[in-house]
Amino acid sequence: MNKTKIFLIILCMAPMSLFAAEPGMPLDKAPVDTTDNESLQRGAEAFVNYCLTCHGASFMRYNRHRDIGLNEAEVAEKLILTGQKPGDLMLTAMRKNEGEEWLGVEPPDLSVIARAKGADWLYTYLRAFYRDETTVPGWNNLVFDRVAMPHVLYELQGEQKLVVKTAGGKEVKSLELVKPGLMTASEYDQFVADLVNYMVYLGEPAANDRKRLGIMVMIFLLGMLGLTYVLYREYWKDIH
Amino acid sequence: MSKQNNSFLEWIDKRFPLISTWKEHFTEYYAPKNFNFWYFFGSLALLVLVNQLITGIFLTMSYKPDASLAFASVEYIMRDVEFGWLIRYMHSTGASMFFVVVYLHMFRGMMYGSYRKPRELLWLIGMAIFFVLMSLAFTGYILPWGQMSYWGAQVIVSMFEAIPFIGETLHNWILGDFMLSDAALNRFFAYHVVTLPVLIVVLVFVHIIALHEVGSNNPDGIEIKENKNPQTKIPVDGIPFHPYYTVKDIFGVVVFLIVFCGIIFFAPEMGGYFLEHNNFIPADTLKTPDHIAPVWYFTPYYSMLRAVTVNFLWIDAKLWGVFLMVAGVAIFCFLPWLDRSPAKSIRYKGPIFKFALALFVISFFVLGWLGTQQPTPLYTLLAQVFSVIYFAFFILMPWYSKIDKTKPEPKRVTK
Repeated sequence: MNKTKIFLIILCMAPMSLFAAEPGMPLDKAPVDTTDNESLQRGAEAFVNYCLTCHGASFMRYNRHRDIGLNEAEVAEKLILTGQKPGDLMLTAMRKNEGEEWLGVEPPDLSVIARAKGADWLYTYLRAFYRDETTVPGWNNLVFDRVAMPHVLYELQGEQKLVVKTAGGKEVKSLELVKPGLMTASEYDQFVADLVNYMVYLGEPAANDRKRLGIMVMIFLLGMLGLTYVLYREYWKDIH
Repeated sequence: MSKQNNSFLEWIDKRFPLISTWKEHFTEYYAPKNFNFWYFFGSLALLVLVNQLITGIFLTMSYKPDASLAFASVEYIMRDVEFGWLIRYMHSTGASMFFVVVYLHMFRGMMYGSYRKPRELLWLIGMAIFFVLMSLAFTGYILPWGQMSYWGAQVIVSMFEAIPFIGETLHNWILGDFMLSDAALNRFFAYHVVTLPVLIVVLVFVHIIALHEVGSNNPDGIEIKENKNPQTKIPVDGIPFHPYYTVKDIFGVVVFLIVFCGIIFFAPEMGGYFLEHNNFIPADTLKTPDHIAPVWYFTPYYSMLRAVTVNFLWIDAKLWGVFLMVAGVAIFCFLPWLDRSPAKSIRYKGPIFKFALALFVISFFVLGWLGTQQPTPLYTLLAQVFSVIYFAFFILMPWYSKIDKTKPEPKRVTK
């Protein structure tokens, strides 16, 4: 009976593992560590400098960055470039409809983008822009074909071009740096890693608190488990 | 107990049947002594219901049922409300765990024949609770107003349009608009926080009253009331619900809470199964997502909806799909009259039933998994095959349960 049960469970689970992968470009693993405050602070500065111009993070308050070790004075100095107050929401510098006029679509709010797209997708996406004169902004992206967003970070990364090779009957697309930017490839990867790390934090600022509290709750429950089990055995010892 | 305490209870008892109610439903409600693992899920369902009611009240205090504010108000709860993230995760995880617990509770009933005489009505009340639970889940899932909220609901409400003649009128009447919009969000909010919770609480109450009238079934599927001690009139295999099952259920609650809190604190999205990734994108009425999948607990029925691809008998494939989906849920109601086996419990039923039940469980999981995937010709074929197996389990039951080789049921409950 037990073997049959295990077999049935495995049988039910099997399809999940077999077909779990999604088609498309393989994503690079983002080195996320939301307990690394230095990385998060670097990411936050990059975010307000490069992203917040067009995108909002309008569910997030500036002074919430106490989570990552910034007090209000530091927040005001490093993160607020729009003249807002520390208690304000991180709104975009762009006015309504300007995005649509300039880029064709309103740039999405980035507060929870890491939860929608995943860190790996963002990490790959921000490193996968290439020159493509056939598109309106002049840029294209390997993981987001014909994206409306121009390569905002090109000054740092430099310019990449698309290389298509045919290997074993299959097209393999890769990118090649043709014009260097202000950063080396590894510096740029680190820059994007910090930025994505910050966006993961931004997606759920309470995540670290959640895990910390979770450990205490688990310790409590494990204690209760022993206690309630002993109570149950004590009451039931005369039931046969 | 002090004298004063007693006189207070007496005062109450002259005006309200407190002690007799307590006795009838706790200390002198005799439950079979051989309940196993599967008998935890009834009390756990009650626990999750209470969790949903309490966390739901707190969410209502900060949530805004307005298409332009709803998404932001959920994030406000997640960020600015003190412990709002915890309340929200308790509620969202509770929704999924409600279905886990209820599906296991129903499966228990199917294994041990708990739907059989004299518990047919108990089973039907349970099914009514299941329908209300599904409505609660559906109306609740719309509220965050993310892409999956919106487009998932769009799929469901568009099913009403498949109904001939009155379909479109009915669809517009339900939504209060020609499309899913603010008007629908408002009324679904009203159903979710007032109508349906009241209904489910009343039905759960009625479910327990009916249970205590007929008495609990047990893994052996025999009636403990048929074997009473001649002097005390107490079933010889029965033990008082309190304290025996209260202490046992408390232990079960702690085990459940370890799983429940494990999800809340360490994996609230459950890999996109409990909180879908696309639902972190605000609803966009102009942009249909490439792939619309309902939350996992609806996916077996969603697969059935998509399984019908041909029009036949002058009826549109879509309407057949809707019919199949509704039937897939409603068919559980007929179980008490489909099962003709002389034995109630799987322990004494024959190999055909065990095989059929195993096939049914497999088809439920496969359909559930297929419902999360993009349809391809192969997947649609699989959905059709497993839908047939799913329904065959019920429709063929009157025959296979009759010819199956059963073992004799014992007189007394076994370990």
